Amino acid sequence: MRRISTVPFKGTKQQEQELSAWFEENRDMPGAALPALEKAQEIYGYLPIEVQEMVAKALDMPLAEVYGISTFYSMFSLYPKGDYQIRVCLGTACYVKGSGDIYENLKTKLGINGGECTPDGKFSLEACRCIGACGLAPVMMINDDVYGRLTVDALDGIIAKYK
Amino acid sequence: MFRSHVMVCGGTGCSSSGSHKLIENFEKEIQAAGLETEVKVVQTGCFGLCELGPIVIIYPEATFYSRVQEGDVKRIVSEHLLKGRPVKELLYDETVAAGLDTIKSLDETTFYKKQVRIALKNCGVINPELIDEYIAYDGYEALGKVLTEMTPEDVIKVILDSGLRGRGGAGFPTGLKWKFAAANAADQKYVCCNADEGDPGAFMDRSVLEGDPHVVLEAMAIAGYAIGASKGYIYVRAEYPIAVKRLEIAIGQAREYGLLGENIFETGFNFDVEIKLGAGAFVCGEETALMTSIEGKRGEPRPRPPFPALKGLWAKPTILNNVETYANIPQIILKGAEWFASMGTEKSKGTKVFALGGKIKNTGLVEIPMGTTLRTIIEEIGGGIPNGKKFKAAQTGGPSGGCIPAEHLDVPIDYDNLTAIGSMMGSGGLIVMDEDNCMVDIAKFFLEFTVEESCGKCSPCRIGTKRLYEMLEKITSGKGTLEDLDKMEELCYHIKANSLCGLGQTAPNPILSTLRYFREEYIAHVVDKTCPAGVCKDLMRYTIDPDKCRGCTACARVCPVKAITGKVKEAHIIDQSKCIKCGACMSTCKFDAISKK
Repeated sequence: MRRISTVPFKGTKQQEQELSAWFEENRDMPGAALPALEKAQEIYGYLPIEVQEMVAKALDMPLAEVYGISTFYSMFSLYPKGDYQIRVCLGTACYVKGSGDIYENLKTKLGINGGECTPDGKFSLEACRCIGACGLAPVMMINDDVYGRLTVDALDGIIAKYK
Repeated sequence: MFRSHVMVCGGTGCSSSGSHKLIENFEKEIQAAGLETEVKVVQTGCFGLCELGPIVIIYPEATFYSRVQEGDVKRIVSEHLLKGRPVKELLYDETVAAGLDTIKSLDETTFYKKQVRIALKNCGVINPELIDEYIAYDGYEALGKVLTEMTPEDVIKVILDSGLRGRGGAGFPTGLKWKFAAANAADQKYVCCNADEGDPGAFMDRSVLEGDPHVVLEAMAIAGYAIGASKGYIYVRAEYPIAVKRLEIAIGQAREYGLLGENIFETGFNFDVEIKLGAGAFVCGEETALMTSIEGKRGEPRPRPPFPALKGLWAKPTILNNVETYANIPQIILKGAEWFASMGTEKSKGTKVFALGGKIKNTGLVEIPMGTTLRTIIEEIGGGIPNGKKFKAAQTGGPSGGCIPAEHLDVPIDYDNLTAIGSMMGSGGLIVMDEDNCMVDIAKFFLEFTVEESCGKCSPCRIGTKRLYEMLEKITSGKGTLEDLDKMEELCYHIKANSLCGLGQTAPNPILSTLRYFREEYIAHVVDKTCPAGVCKDLMRYTIDPDKCRGCTACARVCPVKAITGKVKEAHIIDQSKCIKCGACMSTCKFDAISKK
């Protein structure tokens, strides 16, 4: 799954300036690579290889090392995300209440696998671990909206809101 | 002075069900009723009973409104706050049960009655974004006492005598950790806080950070004084935005008040704290991996020794404790080691916070004295299993722990007892399962997690967990043999003995404990090729009851693989060799004619 994205890189000059400005301020921070990648993902939305190259250059690190870090942590995505990011909680509390079925069902409905994005760029789907709303289990999030006490039947109605 | 306080939970659970809106509405309605000088709205941390969120508590009576909707606010304001008549039908059922003369207060409900709140003392009581409220509840008094009246040796002695053990999982004595780090001389030492709560289904640390962030800062400063460190790091999951925000606010306020920074309380003691965001890697909960991650690298563990007390962060002496451990420290300093040691069992003192979840009525956060039985937690505090189902197992310790069957429900909970019955304390996730949960599937669920989260540095964990997962997959798809069970058990012990860090050493626990207590369920999968709980899809059969089928053809049309055949108005049949067990037919059938077994 963790390949280099085939989607063409569409970074702007403005984004690049924002990232350079951060480097100006934080270049001497010990252990800067992780915060740098967090910042870069915040600016670009994901970490294409072009952005990782910028980070490697700015911190004077081998690209391999930067790639090693970006593929290690699950929060970093090497793919662009959809306009609406669907995250289904597969934490234990949600799982024992059936979130596995919810996740499988969404894969079929959207025609994509976990970690992927629909071809129109609208929805991306991923599993996540405990968002802490165990009282509402099973739970999913679409961007910042939380949907709790989910059933498979409710999914169509929820997805329709975003179409 | 306000005559009434409206406490609205601002924890993640209640926020997810709309408590922000409630706060706005309460403020608007209170103003409209002209009560703004008499009634104050406070956004607090988690009350604990997340199942009933969003929760609103009105003091001084401590009346408990549950699942409050936006539309209810107006009534609560006009009836309760203006006319003094609590809106009974919106209150939590138990507090207005038939036969009661008066409305029960929060503390008298079965959920709260048996709890002892030390780590969660201020959660749901103070506004976590105001340092003055923390100070009003004795906040920073312990730090003052330590800096002005005690030597670092005194502090370590109190923590040692209290018997406090690490609340993050392994239960190492906190005082001992501090003593080792204090004994190593260095130009720089570090105090770290582990807030990388990765156990899926646990949210104790998050609730403390969201509800009472200053307690962590105060305790870290105390630890800094005890071991001779001037710098602290809090490693917190980026997935906890509310906790991060409140920590940032708290650090800013503490610096402004001179409680962090240079020359604290004019004693010449310097200490400051910085937040480091984790980026989602379960292994970073392991102490050496966490430190490697703070250094900005791949968060892989390092061999121990050298232990962090000698060579930790940036090769300097470092202590790492988790959030809940720190939350106990200020009160131990103020109330004394004897007070703390008077609670709990012989080797486990004080209280433990558990995140109750799964098939239980009162999902939420509970803090109980060590030595309380699982039965008390599940049946009394948790309110039992919903829908009249039967209890099957309780899972503690997350992916490192195990499943505890009904026969051990009366074991008093402490570190050593849980280890003895094949589970572990862990950070405090407690997931209840009923007869509808398949234990083989649960073991597979946890192994899938560890396969994904294994950092890959050592082969027993990287390759071993993957092989275990494959064997479980074989068993749940009906292709397993009895020999597989033995092979799997043998591999478990190899992985435990040879892995580098705690992740690998405990990863086989979910399999070992389910094999120990639910072997017959494994055997049913392997020999009879059935899943008694009806979870494992490959072992299930969907069938149509010819008596109930009206031949409406809805199921045949919805079947993605055309496995269903039959004429209009005649009973249909499912071809088992084609069926992919997606369940689409069953959810489509209007006549309840399709069943799975």
